[in-house]
Amino acid sequence: MTTLTNPESQKRYARRRRGHKVAMVLSNVATLLGLIALVWILATLLIKGFGGLSLAVFTQSTPPPGNDGGLLNAIYGSVVQTVIATLIGTPIGVLAGTYMAEYGRNTKLATVVRFINDVLLSAPSIVVGLFVYEIMVQPMGHFSAWAGCVALAILVLPVVVRTTEDMLLLVPDSLREAASALGAPRWMVIQKVCYRAARAGLVTGMLLAVARISGETAPLLFTSLNNQFWSTNMNASMANLPVVIFQFATAPYEDWQRLAWVGALLITLAVLTLNIVARTLSAPQSNAR
Amino acid sequence: MQTRPNVELTKTVLTEPTAEALREKVSVRNLNFYYGDYKALKGISLPLYDRKVTAFIGPSGCGKSTLLRILNRMYDLYPGQRAEGEVLLDGKNIIDPKMDLNLLRAQIGMVFQKPTPFPMSIYDNIAFGIRLYEKVPKSEMNDRVEDALKRTALWDEVKDKLHASGLGLSGGQQQRLCIARSIAVRPQVLLLDEPTSALDPISTAKIEELIYQLKVDYTIAIVTHNMQQAARAADFSAFMYLGELVEFGTTDQVFTKPRESRTEDYITGRFG
Repeated sequence: MTTLTNPESQKRYARRRRGHKVAMVLSNVATLLGLIALVWILATLLIKGFGGLSLAVFTQSTPPPGNDGGLLNAIYGSVVQTVIATLIGTPIGVLAGTYMAEYGRNTKLATVVRFINDVLLSAPSIVVGLFVYEIMVQPMGHFSAWAGCVALAILVLPVVVRTTEDMLLLVPDSLREAASALGAPRWMVIQKVCYRAARAGLVTGMLLAVARISGETAPLLFTSLNNQFWSTNMNASMANLPVVIFQFATAPYEDWQRLAWVGALLITLAVLTLNIVARTLSAPQSNAR
Repeated sequence: MQTRPNVELTKTVLTEPTAEALREKVSVRNLNFYYGDYKALKGISLPLYDRKVTAFIGPSGCGKSTLLRILNRMYDLYPGQRAEGEVLLDGKNIIDPKMDLNLLRAQIGMVFQKPTPFPMSIYDNIAFGIRLYEKVPKSEMNDRVEDALKRTALWDEVKDKLHASGLGLSGGQQQRLCIARSIAVRPQVLLLDEPTSALDPISTAKIEELIYQLKVDYTIAIVTHNMQQAARAADFSAFMYLGELVEFGTTDQVFTKPRESRTEDYITGRFG
């Protein structure tokens, strides 16, 4: 009690309060700036995108300039390529992350893999596109949806590896010990206890990876390119929303530009939904812990 | 729990143990243990008697948890840790590298300081261990789960929510669930690593009561920081200090007539 009446400690306390106020103002301003940018983007998208929304968007393929049309081929292409890329990338990513968190925790190999994975995580996606162009498009002699899937899978991989490792490392060792103490072999400890404890995190990681690739343009420019027409042929070039947006938004035709806004709105809504789902999935689990 | 004066308890339970009444379930012989280069246990030899409770006591860092974790080879999960010497379970050396660890651990249950319920239902928490080694029809599984929960006095508290998450229970209930999970696989030895240090006094009393009942069937080793707990719950006590076993004897003898002055100093609170 004596220290609080002491003028020196009161002065120190006042200084701390002033510091607190300044920091509060600064962080509020920063939050506000971020929110303004976000609301602005969303508002522009909604205003420009909703205007062009119609049933035709979902029933017709991309039109030549001046004609009516929709985005059906691009939506189909994006969904198919995203799903296949996720199906390729997620299992490999989960297994690699499991190795790093469970089996090779302090080994050299895991350290090296983690480093390379971090590099891949921040590698520009256009580099990945070029890489797949070299190993698939060039030898095959043509653009293909498969190449697009592979390029996107390479982008899924590091995100899933990272979240899998991080989420498994959050599972306390005491839980592994408890399962081992019952006589459970290692693979069963991981499969029945660790995966279950980290399930929400693992699913979140996958959804975030999907959200990441669903807007990628650069890797697809070199791989599946684009297709003005309806096509389900995985060995041919395939339309997809990001590249269509890129093409239509930079074109001088007003109807194309309107469709580009619609496409942008669709991608944003899809990513938003994925993020919300990821969030709600991870929320109840963390409460229970 | 009824209040049992500590000295009386050990006396009534142990009417001066005679050699023929006691059988060594586990025999630790000249055991050394290393964390990398650091020697954590130095030539430990002691018995765990069949269907008796043995307490490992001593100040933090004395090696009592280390000793406990050797008994089910938990240290094998971590590289760089190794044991030398003999730990005989019914005459078989479990330190032997050829020992099948999963089978060993199925015979030796362990409960940890912090409750470790698995992220699954109360029912599945218990069924998990049983399913590892037995194919049990549904009705028998129900009986096994019920039996384990009844033995840990948890049944009445959870019988209406068996399929709710084990994580939703209180700390004391979680710890009893973990004990139930361990005994459901019918081990022979039960290792308790400070099982009550994270619990309130009422939960602690329940666990101690449980230990008292479980020793009818199991050989129990318990690590504890709580002197009263050792005096109340254990038949035998081992006092450890700096990686060495200072004194082993009946709890009665160790607490009332310690042979070593270090034991007396620790028990009376002069250090540790």
